[in-house]
Amino acid sequence: MTFDVARIRADFPILSREVNGHPLVYLDSANTSQKPAQVIKAMRLHNERHNGNVSRSVHTLGTEATSAYEEARGKVAAFIGAATPDEIVFTKNSTEAINLVAHSLGQHLALKPGDEIVISEMEHHSNIVPWQLLCERTGATLRWFGVTDEGRLALDSIDELINERTKIVSVVHMSNVLGTINDVAPIVARAHEVGALVLLDCSQSVPHLPVDVQQLGADFIAFTGHKMLGPTGIGVLWGRYDLLAAMPPFLAGGSMIETVTMTGTTYAPPPARFEAGTPPIAEAVGLGAAVDYLNALGMEAVHRHEQEITAYALKTLADVPGVSIFGPATPEGRGGTLSFAVDGVHPHDVGQVLDALGVEVRVGHHCAKPTCVRFGVPAMTRASFYLYTTTDEIDSLARGLDQVRKVFG
Amino acid sequence: MMLDGLYQEIILDHYKHPHGRGLRDPFNGEAHHVNPTCGDEITVRVAASSDTFSDISYDGLGCSISQASASVLHELLQGRTAAEAAGIQDAFVALMQGRGQVEPDEDVLGDGIAFAGVAKFPARVKCALLPWMAFKDAAARAGVDVTAASSEVKA
Ligand SMILES: Cc1ncc(COP(=O)(O)O)c(C=O)c1O
Repeated sequence: MTFDVARIRADFPILSREVNGHPLVYLDSANTSQKPAQVIKAMRLHNERHNGNVSRSVHTLGTEATSAYEEARGKVAAFIGAATPDEIVFTKNSTEAINLVAHSLGQHLALKPGDEIVISEMEHHSNIVPWQLLCERTGATLRWFGVTDEGRLALDSIDELINERTKIVSVVHMSNVLGTINDVAPIVARAHEVGALVLLDCSQSVPHLPVDVQQLGADFIAFTGHKMLGPTGIGVLWGRYDLLAAMPPFLAGGSMIETVTMTGTTYAPPPARFEAGTPPIAEAVGLGAAVDYLNALGMEAVHRHEQEITAYALKTLADVPGVSIFGPATPEGRGGTLSFAVDGVHPHDVGQVLDALGVEVRVGHHCAKPTCVRFGVPAMTRASFYLYTTTDEIDSLARGLDQVRKVFG
Repeated sequence: MMLDGLYQEIILDHYKHPHGRGLRDPFNGEAHHVNPTCGDEITVRVAASSDTFSDISYDGLGCSISQASASVLHELLQGRTAAEAAGIQDAFVALMQGRGQVEPDEDVLGDGIAFAGVAKFPARVKCALLPWMAFKDAAARAGVDVTAASSEVKA
C-alpha cells in the first residue's frame, strides 16, 4: 500500500485554511499536531451522546462514558505494547506524567543525599526541572549525559555516569530540538545492571515511530496526546505494573481511593491511584480515535513517510545559502524535526517572515535551553513534519527562507 | 506584503548598523533582562551623574526588533536628564501598548516612531520593550527613577 498523503490531508480540516493570504504550510507538529476529522468527530459524538462522569455513576450515560474511557485506555495500551491496560495512567500531558514519576517514585525509593539521578543535555525542560526539584527535596545529585557536535548523546562516559549510586535515569527517546532518535538500549542495559530505573520521555517518538515498551525495556514512558493527532489536555504515563503498584499516589482526591475515613485512607490500585479527580474523558475518547487513525495507516508507514520527507528537507535546506542544521545531518537515527540557523538573521525574524507567507515554524528555545546553549545559540528556528507533510511544503519553506534573506540581506 | 509595517527601513537600518552598541565603562547601573518565551537577552548599562545619562551602553542577543529598539533607545536617551528620559520612555511604552491605535510624536520619539507597526504584532511587543525595561532597571540601580507618574508597565 502506498502512503497517500493527499488522502490523508483531506482528513485534516485545518490544512485547507489560509494564513495571511497563503495556503497554510504547517511545519510545527513537534509543538502540537493537527487533528483529523475522525478525532474531532469522536469527541463531539461523545459530548453529544455519551457524556457522563466516569467510575461513579450507575446510570446509562455514566456507564457509557466509563466504557468509552476504559476502551481508550485499552487502545493506548495495545498501541505501545503494554502488558495490561492497567499500566496506562492518563495524565494531563507528558509534563504531568514525568512529575508524577519524580514525586511518587522519588518517594518510593526514599531518595537521599548520595543518590544520583541521570538525565541528558538534550532534554525538554519538562524532563529537567522535575528532577532538579526532586534533588532539592531529597538531597540527591543530578547528573547528565552531554551531547556531541553531531547532536547525539555522548555515551563514552556511560559506565561512570550510571553507577551504583544511580537510582533513576530519565532521558528523551527523540529530541524535540535536534530530531535525534536516541539508541536507548545501552542506557537501559547499564541502568538495570546497577539497579536503577529508567523513564523515557517518548513525547516525540510515540507519535512518529513504532514504539513497543517491551522492546524498549524501560520502566516508565511518558507521552502526550496533542502531539499524536489527539486533543490537548491528555497525556500518558506507562509504567511496569509492579512498580506502579508499589508507588504512593501523586495527586489526591476522588477516584484514587479504596476507602476513606476521617483518620486515614487506603488507595486504589493503579491506574486509578494516579488519576485523582475527574479525568479528561472526552480527551481520552479523542486520543483513542487518534490511535485508531495511526493504526489504520501503520506506524511503520508513518515513520517511512517522515524519513522520506526528512531526507528531502535535509537536502533542500542544505542548498539554501546561509542555512545550517543543528543535529544529525542525515536521516539515519533522526526524525522529522529540523532545527536550523539562518546566518545573520535571528530566529524570531525568520519565523515572522515565514508566517507572512503562511509557513508556520517554531522559533525560540523550544523549552530546551540547555540544548541551545550546547550549540552556542540563544534560539533556533525549527521545522517539524508529520504524516501530512508534503515535499511541496518543504519547497515553500525553502522559498520562504529566500525571502528571509531578501528582507535581511 | 503585510510585513512592511513591521520591518520598517529605519528598524532594519538600526539592526544592521546599531548605534552605541557594546558595554562600556564607567557605569553605575546595570541590568540584564531576558525574554523567557524566546530567550532574547540584553544587558544595559547607564552612567548617570547629577541626573543626566552621560552614557548608555548595551549588548544583547536578539531579534531585529529588540536590537533595533536598543539602538534607538541609545540614540534617544543618551545625554538626557532623568525627567526627559522618563517622558520619552513613557511615550515609547504607550506607543507599544497602543495596539496600533496610538499616533506617535516624532518630536519626542525620533526614529522610535518606526516601531508604531510593531504594536500590531502582539508577539513582538515584548521584543521592542525588552531594552527599555532593562534600561529602567539599570537607571534605578544607578539611583535614577525614570518611572513617569503613571507608567506601570504590563508587557
Ligand atoms: C521531548 C518533549 N518532552 C516533553 C514535552 C512536554 O509535552 P507537554 O507540554 O504536552 O507536557 C514536549 C513537548 O513540548 C517534548 O517535545
